Amino acid sequence: MATEAHGAEDSLAFHPMDQFMVKPLFGDGAVAWYTPTNVTLWMALTVLCVILLLVIGTRRRAVIPTRSQSIAEMAYGLVHKMIEDVCGKDGLKYFPYIMTLFMFILLANMLGLLPYAFTTTSHLAVTVVLALFVFISVTVIGFVKNGAHFLELFWVSSAPLALRPILALIEVISYFVRPVSHSIRLMGNMMAGHAVIKVFAAFAPLILFSAVGIAVTPLSILAITAIYALELLVAFIQAYVFTILTCVYLKDALHPSH
Amino acid sequence: MATENSVAEHVSPADIEAAGRCVGPDGGAIGMPQLCFDWFPNQIFWLLVTLVAIYFVLSRIALPRIAAVLAERSGTITNDIAAAEEFKMKAAEAEKAYEKALADARAEAQAIAADAKAEVQKEVDAAIAKADAEIAARTSEAEAKIAEIREGALASAEEVAKDTAGEIVAALGGKADAKAVNAAVEARLKGAS
Repeated sequence: MATEAHGAEDSLAFHPMDQFMVKPLFGDGAVAWYTPTNVTLWMALTVLCVILLLVIGTRRRAVIPTRSQSIAEMAYGLVHKMIEDVCGKDGLKYFPYIMTLFMFILLANMLGLLPYAFTTTSHLAVTVVLALFVFISVTVIGFVKNGAHFLELFWVSSAPLALRPILALIEVISYFVRPVSHSIRLMGNMMAGHAVIKVFAAFAPLILFSAVGIAVTPLSILAITAIYALELLVAFIQAYVFTILTCVYLKDALHPSH
Repeated sequence: MATENSVAEHVSPADIEAAGRCVGPDGGAIGMPQLCFDWFPNQIFWLLVTLVAIYFVLSRIALPRIAAVLAERSGTITNDIAAAEEFKMKAAEAEKAYEKALADARAEAQAIAADAKAEVQKEVDAAIAKADAEIAARTSEAEAKIAEIREGALASAEEVAKDTAGEIVAALGGKADAKAVNAAVEARLKGAS
């Protein structure tokens, strides 16, 4: 009984962040840049799911689509229409890149919700690379397409002249904050939801150790269920938000004048 | 476990920095694994591999295929609508032709009926005329017979009257002058008629 009581103390020790640890798939060695890790595994599964959905799902090329082909077409239509609405026709040139971002983030988010999964998009390294990819591409596209006129993005010509320098400063700051907010929004949303689920999950086995568990265990399981449903929504919405912000930034690069 | 945990709790930040690791002695994470820079190169490398893989799958296979399917579908729908429009027009034409045929047939039927009626009428008229003619012939024949009979009767009556008058005169004791009797009877008959 004493040991069991001791075990109860241990079982309530929270390790909500352990799920985000990067571990080598084989052995216990150090994690070098090329080591196959759980990151590799879950990113490979993401690629696999993209292939399953968009390639295997559409293999029949049916005029009357099957269910999986419908989903693939909906994803295609969603991103295609988003680019067309936000950036206009000339944004469609970048459709494959934006679709790549959307499919990667969406499927990584969704796969991360599987029990025992590793959520690649909950990592700053991943989201920062994605956000920097967007930021650098958009800046380069802006200067290549518009030359020095791209700087008009920061010069609000509709504002009174006296205000323009101040607005320009604010615009420049907000422009450089974009990749920060872009990456931390996704990473924070993913991390927070998973950590909260883990915290509630730590309460779930309390019924095994203590009488309080009769009340706490059902409550925590209910909370996990509710947050899981919310996280499903968040997983989609964050992929959508990341993509639509990419489109908005791209629009600024293609048409910089306010 | 308990001893390991307590060790983990007593690891000083300096020790962690010195070790340069993100994993505590108990195998759990220290702080946020997201901020462990030791793991960054690995994640970035595999992310780039993943993105390139997805990009090639999408741009080479998936997106052209879906675009082709969507284009084919919209083409099929447009064609089907056009075909439906054509069929509708054809159906309207066929209906018009049918109605025209129906009207023609009805007109023809009416013409045939009128012809037949006229023919029958002609025959009936001819038959009536023939019957009338026959009736007229029979009537005149009958009238002729009647006239003959009547004349015969008159002549007989005259003869009977003359004979009777002669006999009566003779019976009364007179001498019957045949000429005078006949003249008197004739005069009487003329006066009577």
